[in-house]
Amino acid sequence: MIEVENISKSFDDKDVLYDISGVFDKGKPNLIIGSSGTGKSVLLKCMVGLIEPDIGRAIYDGRNFTASDQRAKTEIRREIGMLFQGSALFDSKNVEQNVMFPLDVLSKMPLDEKLDRVNFCLSRVGLENTNKLMPSELSGGMMKRVGIARAIVNSSRYLFCDEPNSGLDPQTAVKIDELIQEITVEYDITTIVVTHDMNSVVGIGEKVMFLHEGHKLWEGTKDDILDSGVEELDKFIFANKVMSALKRN
Amino acid sequence: MKSIGKYFIFIGSLFVKMESFKTYFKLTMEECVLIGLNSFLLVALVSTFMGAVSTLQTAYNLVSPFIPDYIISTVVRDMMLLELASTVIAIIYAGKVGSSMAGGLGTMRITEQIDALEVMGINSASYLVLPKILASLLMFPVLVIFAAALGILGGYLAAVMTGIMSGADYQYGIQYLFVEYSVKFALIKSVVFAFLVASISSFKGYYTTGGALEVGQASTRAVTESVIAILLADYLLAQMLLTS
Repeated sequence: MIEVENISKSFDDKDVLYDISGVFDKGKPNLIIGSSGTGKSVLLKCMVGLIEPDIGRAIYDGRNFTASDQRAKTEIRREIGMLFQGSALFDSKNVEQNVMFPLDVLSKMPLDEKLDRVNFCLSRVGLENTNKLMPSELSGGMMKRVGIARAIVNSSRYLFCDEPNSGLDPQTAVKIDELIQEITVEYDITTIVVTHDMNSVVGIGEKVMFLHEGHKLWEGTKDDILDSGVEELDKFIFANKVMSALKRN
Repeated sequence: MKSIGKYFIFIGSLFVKMESFKTYFKLTMEECVLIGLNSFLLVALVSTFMGAVSTLQTAYNLVSPFIPDYIISTVVRDMMLLELASTVIAIIYAGKVGSSMAGGLGTMRITEQIDALEVMGINSASYLVLPKILASLLMFPVLVIFAAALGILGGYLAAVMTGIMSGADYQYGIQYLFVEYSVKFALIKSVVFAFLVASISSFKGYYTTGGALEVGQASTRAVTESVIAILLADYLLAQMLLTS
C-alpha cells in the first residue's frame, strides 16, 4: 500500500499540485486520471522521488519515503518498477539486456539464473524469442511490454505506469491494460497508473483518483465514476465521443 | 556563476552512492573502446598532416644559411609535443567525443532513460558519467602520445619526400636538445584536457531539458565551452609549468 499525504508542488511561481492526499491499495490497479497538464505525472514523480515535493510525503507500507535518507530511499527504490510514457528502454542494449539490467546492477544472481528470470518475464508479457532485438526494431506495444518486463524482473512490490497507453492503437492499449491488471493481481503488488484514457478507466479502474488543475476533486471506482456529481469529471469523461454517445443512449 | 557552482556539485555527485568496482570497470572499458579506439583514425590523419605541414612551413620560414636544416625537425618536435599534439587534438576530441557524450546523455535525459536509472535506485550521474571521465583520462593521453609520434613521422615523410632535408638530418634534429620534460608537460596537459572535455560535455548533456532541438544545442554548447576551457587551461598550464 502507498499513501500520499498533503503533497504540494510548484515550479517557480506556478503551482502544480495542491495538498494531494490518498491511499493506493495493494493487489489492484490504482488509476490517477485527469486532463493533460493537471499534474498527474508530477504527482507520480513526487511519489518515486524524481521530483521533490514542496510539502507532503509518500509512504510505502509504513516507510516514509520522502523524509528518508539516501540509503533508505535507495532501498525502497529497489522495490519499485516503473513503466515510462516512452518506455525509456536503453537504446544501446537489446531486449534481453534491457530486461536484465536491474538484475545486473542490483542483484548478485548468477548469469543462468538471470537469463531464466528474464525469459520468464518476457514470456509473461508475451514476448518470447525477442531477446536479441534492439529497441529500434520494436513496435510501440512491444516497447511497452519490454518496459513492463523490466519493471517486474526484480520482483518489484510497487509498479508505476506513466501513460502506458500513449501512442498505442485501442486494441494494443487494452492488451497492455489487461497485462498490467493481471500482473498486479498475480504478484499482489501496488500498482499506480497515470492515464487520461477512459478505456483504461472502464477496463481496469478499480480505484480512481481524479485530478483537475492540481487539485484532487474525486476518488472512487469505475462503477461509481458516472455518478460522481463532479462537473469537471463529467466534462473529462464525456469529452470522449464514445462515452458521450453512450450517455445519449 | 550559478552554472559553475552547479558543475562542481555535479562533479561531487559522481562520487556518492556508487555502484561496484566491477560495474565501473566494465563500463569504463566499453567507453575506452567507444571514445578512444574510435578516435584513433581521425587523430592519426590530423596529426600526420599537422606534422607534415609544420615541417613545410618551418622550412619556408627558416631561410637563413646560418641555421642548420635539422633545426626544422627540432622545431616540429617541440611544436608537436608542447602544443599541437595536446591542444589541437583536444579541440578535435571535444568536437568528436564531447559532442557525442553531450548528445548521448541529452537523448537519455529527454527519453527518460536517466529517470529510469534513478527510479531503480542507481545514481545515474555516477553510473553514466564517471566511466566516461575515467575512460577519457585513460585514453586521451594515449591519443596525445600517438598524435605526437605520428606528427613527427608526418614531418619526416614531408621532409624526405619534398627533399627539404635528409632523413638523417631530420632524425638528428628530433633528438637535438631534447628535454624529457616536454613529454611530461604534454601528458599533464592531456590529463587536464581529458577531464575538462569529458566533464563539461557530460554536464551539458546530463542537464538537457526539452526535446531534440535542445539536445543539439547542448552538444554545441558542450563543444564551445570545452574549447574555451581547453584554451584557458592551456594558457594557465603554460604559465605555471613553463615559466618558472
